[in-house]
Amino acid sequence: MEDIEPLRTGDVVRLGGVLYTARDAAHARMKEAIETGDPLPFEPDGQVVYFTGPAPARPGQALGPAGPTTASRMDPHSPMLVERGLRGMVGKGSRSERVLEAMRQHGYVYFGAVEGTAALLADCVKEVEVIGYEDLGAEAVRRLIVEDFPVVVVNDLHGGDLYREGRERWRR
Amino acid sequence: MIPCAGGGGEELRDIRSSSIVEAVRNLCIEANTRLPQDHLSALRRALDDEESELGREVIERLLENAEVARERCIAFCQDTGYAVFFVELGSEVNVSGGEIGAAIDEGVRRGYEEGFLRKSIVRSPVDRTNTGDNTPAVVYYEPVPGEGLKLTMLVKGAGCDNMSALKMLTPAEGLPAMKEFVVETVEKAGPNASPPLTVGVGMGGPFERAALLAKKALTRPSGEPNPDPELADLERELLDCINATGIGPAGYGGTQTALAVHVESFPTHIAAFPVAVNLDCHSHRTASAEL
Repeated sequence: MEDIEPLRTGDVVRLGGVLYTARDAAHARMKEAIETGDPLPFEPDGQVVYFTGPAPARPGQALGPAGPTTASRMDPHSPMLVERGLRGMVGKGSRSERVLEAMRQHGYVYFGAVEGTAALLADCVKEVEVIGYEDLGAEAVRRLIVEDFPVVVVNDLHGGDLYREGRERWRR
Repeated sequence: MIPCAGGGGEELRDIRSSSIVEAVRNLCIEANTRLPQDHLSALRRALDDEESELGREVIERLLENAEVARERCIAFCQDTGYAVFFVELGSEVNVSGGEIGAAIDEGVRRGYEEGFLRKSIVRSPVDRTNTGDNTPAVVYYEPVPGEGLKLTMLVKGAGCDNMSALKMLTPAEGLPAMKEFVVETVEKAGPNASPPLTVGVGMGGPFERAALLAKKALTRPSGEPNPDPELADLERELLDCINATGIGPAGYGGTQTALAVHVESFPTHIAAFPVAVNLDCHSHRTASAEL
């Protein structure tokens, strides 16, 4: 996942390796932890966060259905992780100008996954471990090992924005 | 059966609350694991019509996901939403063995637990403690004549609900402003509401009626036109305008931004033209049962 420079908006990419799940409540807690100097559930440097809150797993599944949630709700919190070296985020929907600015400054990629493919995405998750804020249930921070996890590059390191460009191209 | 003129209790049809619990439990699981046939057909049509390659890929994945979810009886979207029910309660029905609202909540509790569905409801916007069982259900009752009881469930995800909007237009602004507002709401939502969308529009009534109609419009079978030909024309026109925005499947750009627009209308005040737009994502979940 280190090699993000060649990625371009619109590229279909398969992720392999570690993703950390976090959504609304976990981001609020990480913000508190940073403010009070407490440790985070994971070291953001070089990592990718996946905005999701999975459904419960049936017996025999590593993870229940787990598609992306709307990323803009994490916009107020994302820059603090980016400043600590985060390299990628997986979610759905547009990011704020402030997040895009942090992206250009610190160099990370925003990937889109398709929310309504939660069952297929869960199949790409091979291992799961809750590593923080377990009391948050679906919103706890999990460490996932994924294989062939399909995403599309929405915002690349070069100012590309798939949502803007896609809409301009197909507007009639 | 002779119609009951005096409303004597012995004429009422008895429905046990336990059968409502069971029906609601089953609806929760069915709605969350099986995309309705009419919606699947709409997605297949969109796959044929979509001009963007990336857009087609998204729709193919949605269809594949729906099949996997159905086969394994798992939720096709992790956001198993608010449990919304529209209840048509016949005038000649008596629910026995417990109160109907409590029975619906109990059905939701069981369905979400036994169906491995995510519990997404918190106690209040301020106290964000999860209620733990996806209750309370959101229930709207409509009294109807007869001895039937129909439960229509809408599983409403928050991502698209968050992008919904209501506006109190003036009569002078009229229909052009209404159309503009519907398209503008979809434009503002962009990728966030997870297109291709089903767009519910409610107009008329006072403030809250417009919102409720917009939500109820989502329960209509996908693409079934409003029986009023003028409203049916309006639905087609709005669909064309929305699909001209270019937002496309998952917002990656394309020609299929919405699968259907359903408009519902209600009488309103001489001074008013309320319009509400409730967006539903590509995981459009409805199911109904008649008891």
